[in-house]
Amino acid sequence: MTDGETINVPILTRVEGEGALTIRLKDGQLDDVQLRIYEPPRMFETLLRGRPLEDAPDITARICGICPVAYQMSSVHALEQALGVAITPQIRRLRRLLYCGEWIESHALHVHLLHTPDFFGESSGIELARRFPDEVRRGLRLKKHGNDLVAAIGGRAIHPVNVAVGGFHRWPPREELRKLIHDFEWGLQAAMEAARWTASFPYPQLENDYEFVAVSHPDEYAMNEGDIASSKLSTIPVDQYPMVFVEHQVPHSTALQAVRLPARSNYLLGPLSRVNLNRNRLRPEARQLADEIGFPAMCSNPYRGIQARCLEVVHAYGEALEILRELDFSGPHRLPYQARAAVGRAATEAPRGLLFHEYEIDAAGKIVQARIVPPTSQNQGQIECDLRKQLTWQLTTATTREALARQAEQLVRSYDPCISCATHFLKIQWKNS
Amino acid sequence: MARKPRVAVMKFASCDGCQLSLLDAEDELLAVCDRLDFVYFAEASSVLQPGPYDIAVVEGSITTVEDEQRIRELRACSTRLVTIGACATAGGIQALRAWGDSQEWIRTIYPRPEYIHALATSTPIAAHVLVDYELHGCPINAHQLIEVLIAFASGRSPNIPAHSVCLDCKRRGTVCVMVARGQACLGPITRTGCGALCPTYNRGCYGCFGPVDGGNAPPLLAEFRRQGHAAEQLVPLLRNFNATAPLFREAGESLLDNPTDDR
Repeated sequence: MTDGETINVPILTRVEGEGALTIRLKDGQLDDVQLRIYEPPRMFETLLRGRPLEDAPDITARICGICPVAYQMSSVHALEQALGVAITPQIRRLRRLLYCGEWIESHALHVHLLHTPDFFGESSGIELARRFPDEVRRGLRLKKHGNDLVAAIGGRAIHPVNVAVGGFHRWPPREELRKLIHDFEWGLQAAMEAARWTASFPYPQLENDYEFVAVSHPDEYAMNEGDIASSKLSTIPVDQYPMVFVEHQVPHSTALQAVRLPARSNYLLGPLSRVNLNRNRLRPEARQLADEIGFPAMCSNPYRGIQARCLEVVHAYGEALEILRELDFSGPHRLPYQARAAVGRAATEAPRGLLFHEYEIDAAGKIVQARIVPPTSQNQGQIECDLRKQLTWQLTTATTREALARQAEQLVRSYDPCISCATHFLKIQWKNS
Repeated sequence: MARKPRVAVMKFASCDGCQLSLLDAEDELLAVCDRLDFVYFAEASSVLQPGPYDIAVVEGSITTVEDEQRIRELRACSTRLVTIGACATAGGIQALRAWGDSQEWIRTIYPRPEYIHALATSTPIAAHVLVDYELHGCPINAHQLIEVLIAFASGRSPNIPAHSVCLDCKRRGTVCVMVARGQACLGPITRTGCGALCPTYNRGCYGCFGPVDGGNAPPLLAEFRRQGHAAEQLVPLLRNFNATAPLFREAGESLLDNPTDDR
């Protein structure tokens, strides 16, 4: 919808949650572009106050129906840090396996149903299936495998029930997990084919000088644990996150956005950052595939995030298979702990990027304060920055207003924004110029 | 059938998980699309057609003045309106603001609270408009949603069981966590739909499908007290995803009114 100097995309589609886009022009030049979030705030941090700390994984899962495991993982790791609980290698491996399931499910959804339709001018995954029936069916099967894995460990794919502070409520049934091996062997090959398919897509040209930020671990492709690495600044321990990444309100949009100190600069989270920073810790099959499809080193084209997602799906299948073949449920499934007054912080890699949680707890085991910084709120500033760059360039060409709006929406979609992660999100006051 | 029913999927305050369960029904998704025409489903398609709709599927609760208006407009152009999930049927986890000072909460989270226009309550859709069918759960059971949609498309009533979770444990042969382990379990007063998951994971039911019709909370609370569970542990159990559903709400309030009552 356009009117004179303002171009509106009133509802962003094929994203999780509700947002909109407004582009303002002045004398044919770009005046402003805003990613507007009108998802109503749900105030999770305050509703956690005074509750038993054991409630955190189940309640924070409800921030996002697409990545509940990420919220469960960041919350239990932060609380375990506060409580001084060191989980066993067996619990750690099962948590990685669970996270592999969520990455596969979330990435396969975005790749096949949400993002790929853009490259072929289709409106949905269903429409895309008329043109690429085998590829879409393959993608749905991959997505189903991810859901099956989460359900085999946690009871159900959305808001699973098994994750607990200190470990798991029980070891999952071995036979349920072993049954998945055959599917996952097929899935690993299918995921590689999907990655090759996306390599053939027509990618728009857009490069940005990003600061990539992701959790990084010396021995593995980081999911649950590691330091916070950056492509421009030095690596920091997770405990220092609140000192280096700050949330603020910007005058033109009123949305809480996160920026990186000291320069208050934007930064990028998510699969592109992870692959760029941790490429040499991808499993060999994913690393070789990255080379085979010519995925560039330090890739700075946001549209190619779909390829990074596909490489991570391959990695997750490989890692899941390895864990599934050597299930080790020796030792306790849950470690005991004594409540104490303390603060704990953790960052894990949600499918969409680094998810930070901080909890202050009291000696009675109640939550005093909680702070949750989801990846999409951190990416907001960078998304707007990229939109400005794309639009400024497009306004020098003979692009119609409708095409500008459509391509801006496609750019937003390439980040896989999860607007439902509404913890910090504001209702934007919008004034037409 | 002359034409496929036109279905709209609309979101209010929620996590997206319930509408996602439609996309999660991978095996049925393409077949369901043969029976129904999803003409408004922003999470799945960029083509958004205006009403009228034969079936509106509504996720999420009402937390803003704008959403109070939006649900009335949707109702006005929809033949049937189905609410899905704990947010839409009971206000969801965000309804916990009923026990807090929501203005203080907003001030805590947002540096510029004047820009937040949230209501002091999070209410179910049925508090605002007539609802033809309520499908419970946090999250809903995707197979139940498909049953409801196919039933309406076929002009029959949905066949959704309404017994308690407790009965599912007996059917599955799951050992009772309350009897064997002394864990507080809401299974006896919670609606079926999850398959009695939590007891199979060694934990008590936390009521994510909401109260079962005709549930009788007082004797269950008395048994919890007899087993030594304190009100301060039981109140959070009753106040989570369906906190303002009347049975759970009243049970929580009765515990606070009689914190040491051991009837």
